[in-house]
Amino acid sequence: MEKSYDDTNTEKSGLRLKDTELRLGLPGSESPEREEHDQNVLSLKSFVSGAKRGFSDALDGGGKWVFSGGSGGGSEGLFSPRRGGNNNGGNDLSGSDSGLGGPVLKDGVAPKPLVVQEKKSQVAAGNGNTAPASKAQVVGWPPIRSFRKNTMASHPPKNDNDDDNAEAKFGSGCLYVKVSMDGAPYLRKVDLKIYGGYKELSSALEKMFSCFTIGQCGSHGVSSRDVLSESRLIDLLHGSEYVLTYEDKDGDWMLVGDVPWEMFTNCCKRLRIMKSTEAIGLAPRAMEKCKTRT
Amino acid sequence: MQKKVACSFPDEVLEHVFSFIQSDKDRNAVSMVCKSWYEIERWCRRKIFIGNCYAVSPRMVIRRFPKVRSIELKGKPHFADFNLVPDGWGGYVLPWIAEMAGAYPWLEEIRLKRMVVTDECLELIAKSFKNFKVLVLFSCEGFSTDGLAAIAASCMNLRELDLRDSDVDDLGGHWLSHFPETYTSLVSLNSSCLGSDEVSLSALERLVGRCTNLRTLRLNRAVPLDKIANILGRAPQLVDFGTGTYGADLQSDVFSSLAGAFSSCKELRSLSGFWDVVPAYLPAIYPVCSRLTSLNLSYVTIQSPDLVKLLRHCPSLQRLLVLDYIEDSGLEALSSSCKELQELRVFPSDPFGEEPNVSLTEQGLVSVCLACPKLQSVLYFCRRMSNVALVTIAQNCPNLTRFRLCIIEPRTADFLTLEPLDVGFGAIVEHCKDLRRLSLSGLLTDRVFEYIGRYAKKLEMLSVAFAGESDLGLHHVLSGCESLRKLEIRDCPFGDKALLANAAKLETMRSLWMSSCAVSFGACKLLGQKMPRLNVEVIDESGPPDSRPDSCPVDKLYIYRSVAGPRFDMPPFVWTMEEDSALQLNTIGNPIGSEWEHNMKGIQGLRAQMPFVLYLAELSNTSQW
Repeated sequence: MEKSYDDTNTEKSGLRLKDTELRLGLPGSESPEREEHDQNVLSLKSFVSGAKRGFSDALDGGGKWVFSGGSGGGSEGLFSPRRGGNNNGGNDLSGSDSGLGGPVLKDGVAPKPLVVQEKKSQVAAGNGNTAPASKAQVVGWPPIRSFRKNTMASHPPKNDNDDDNAEAKFGSGCLYVKVSMDGAPYLRKVDLKIYGGYKELSSALEKMFSCFTIGQCGSHGVSSRDVLSESRLIDLLHGSEYVLTYEDKDGDWMLVGDVPWEMFTNCCKRLRIMKSTEAIGLAPRAMEKCKTRT
Repeated sequence: MQKKVACSFPDEVLEHVFSFIQSDKDRNAVSMVCKSWYEIERWCRRKIFIGNCYAVSPRMVIRRFPKVRSIELKGKPHFADFNLVPDGWGGYVLPWIAEMAGAYPWLEEIRLKRMVVTDECLELIAKSFKNFKVLVLFSCEGFSTDGLAAIAASCMNLRELDLRDSDVDDLGGHWLSHFPETYTSLVSLNSSCLGSDEVSLSALERLVGRCTNLRTLRLNRAVPLDKIANILGRAPQLVDFGTGTYGADLQSDVFSSLAGAFSSCKELRSLSGFWDVVPAYLPAIYPVCSRLTSLNLSYVTIQSPDLVKLLRHCPSLQRLLVLDYIEDSGLEALSSSCKELQELRVFPSDPFGEEPNVSLTEQGLVSVCLACPKLQSVLYFCRRMSNVALVTIAQNCPNLTRFRLCIIEPRTADFLTLEPLDVGFGAIVEHCKDLRRLSLSGLLTDRVFEYIGRYAKKLEMLSVAFAGESDLGLHHVLSGCESLRKLEIRDCPFGDKALLANAAKLETMRSLWMSSCAVSFGACKLLGQKMPRLNVEVIDESGPPDSRPDSCPVDKLYIYRSVAGPRFDMPPFVWTMEEDSALQLNTIGNPIGSEWEHNMKGIQGLRAQMPFVLYLAELSNTSQW
């Protein structure tokens, strides 16, 4: 027997209809059995397919929510089949005949809320965690404003007792540079630190600006003239509509791809995707700089 | 056509009375008393605050309030500060400036936050408003120093130019020389965000010298240390000063002229800047320290002992921004030196490092809370926390109005007990009855939201990340927090249920942001269809959400109330869920008889009950009268 929403909607606000579904009960209110349910860890995660990044971590790797303490056994038994990551296995929040909706623990087990077993060991290990060494950085976390990040990154703190990585400390976070494209209505910003090399950068930019119909980066082979180039970006000059250029610390505009990646990320101040017809003048310069470097 | 009430005053008298009522809330209340008060009030409203530029259209504002002199607009969601809002999202101020150029020729003040401002906008401002006085661009972007030059050249009555934290294309310092030699009105200049190495020092010095009313001057990094004395010497009346670079090789003559310049600034109460500081130069500010109420050392990368030495000279300090180099020991010292402290912000020096680089823990914050009875506002980055520390803070600082704690590693448990921090934050909301703003971090279950819903009755803004376990968490907040205006959530397992069940609540709030959560596209469509006064915007850079099953979660969701309807300036990766699109539930790809499908069908009966009165009070809505 399902309760329909219309019944309960005659209350003064739409809030009431949740009674049939979410089973509100603040602790201490309504039925005692309700109170116990509140303390249960609900998990609706499992029914969503294609769970997104940060929170699929919680599902898969980062930590599995299990009960500890309390009358553990029963509850775990009840929950574990639902944790399969499969749709709707878990959550009988549909109006069931018990009228409970909510995180149904039919046997009214009330384990102590919380702790994630695996997290324990991670936290116990102190600050460093057992996550893989190359921890993927979460976008926008910790929540530090771009202005502060950029300011600290571009002028890293000088400490008397420098470790090896003192310079890189703030810089290791991210390095946002503006990318403009001739004809596009707005700029984008990209974090150069997340790309491993020119190829990744170029394909990311392609994707980002594809809605502005960037020319195809054809897969020309590396011609014999471009032996110094590490990427196919130089090839754009020879036929495609756009080329990728950057402004370096000296204020010069250069073609992207003519210096080793590390050097590039250190000296690139901003990027510009310009029409190759405008970039003609750059080519000789880039080649010059390349030649002087050999 | 006005009906006069029996013993009413003439309009002019009422207008005069109303002119003493400054707060927006009170003004809104006045306008709701009766039709004639509404009319009188709207003609004499001079100042407008619009917390979301898309909540209302420029035309609607102008239609209702024809004589505005001061406007404040906010654009992008707060999480744009942390790069969660892709570029091109919106927040363009040009349409507003364009409309106001014609309608408000006497406009004096424009204050913008997180908006896109172009040089064209600035030129239009310079051209259109003859009595323009105040321009504040807080965290804005899209303009260059050329636009500033236009303002400088034309706005003869400019008092305030504040570019706080904006992203400006700095083409060099020549814009300063566009202030005519006859221009002397400047009271406040904050150009600290300008990034170029060039600055026109002579223009700056001349400007400072001739503007004798200058009270606030915040320089950018390009201004070297040895020039400060000269500048300060021309403006001994300054109240608020931000240095440029504060580092150089120590030279005794530079030091002594610096110290001399500072000591002649008897009115100085606030200091900031100090980029690249060399500790040896800090004592130059000692002459002013005893009167300082505000000190921003958040770019000062010196160690705790030097910081403590400085802070011991500042007994009147009310506001301190500092890096975590201060460490627990420094905060302990702060708590004994600065009893007047009201606001403390501690920023991380190495937020991306895996190991702590300084000895700053929860203890530092606790010691300040124990010893500074006037503390109201906290922003604290650290790497560990405990429930007992939070409870101590809550019990000793019941006057906290803003509490933002960022434990750097997501989902970090209480380091003593390994439990979630629910109880600790629960104590905060229970004891701090006037809490208006709260940011959570650490390991948190639905329980913390229960506490928040139950106790945080004055809470207006809540920021949540990597917390909670189920929709109950979100439901507690939406159903319990009566004063909630802004809610922003990332990476939490909150899905459709709580959102749909509390749809009506969303109309009482300014906005809701949810990213990397579990809200399905179908639910967004439903919400957009059923709630015509909400703009439900789905942000997804990976492609159109309707190319996937409706049960797929959306990447980012931004919902805000609006009387202006859907906006039209969206980039390709933002979709508005329209009210008139036929709601075809896309069941292809969804498991048959799935819970999701069931919920969607059940919720279709939802009818929104709009809190009508509240709505009118906050948004202009001329058609209602």
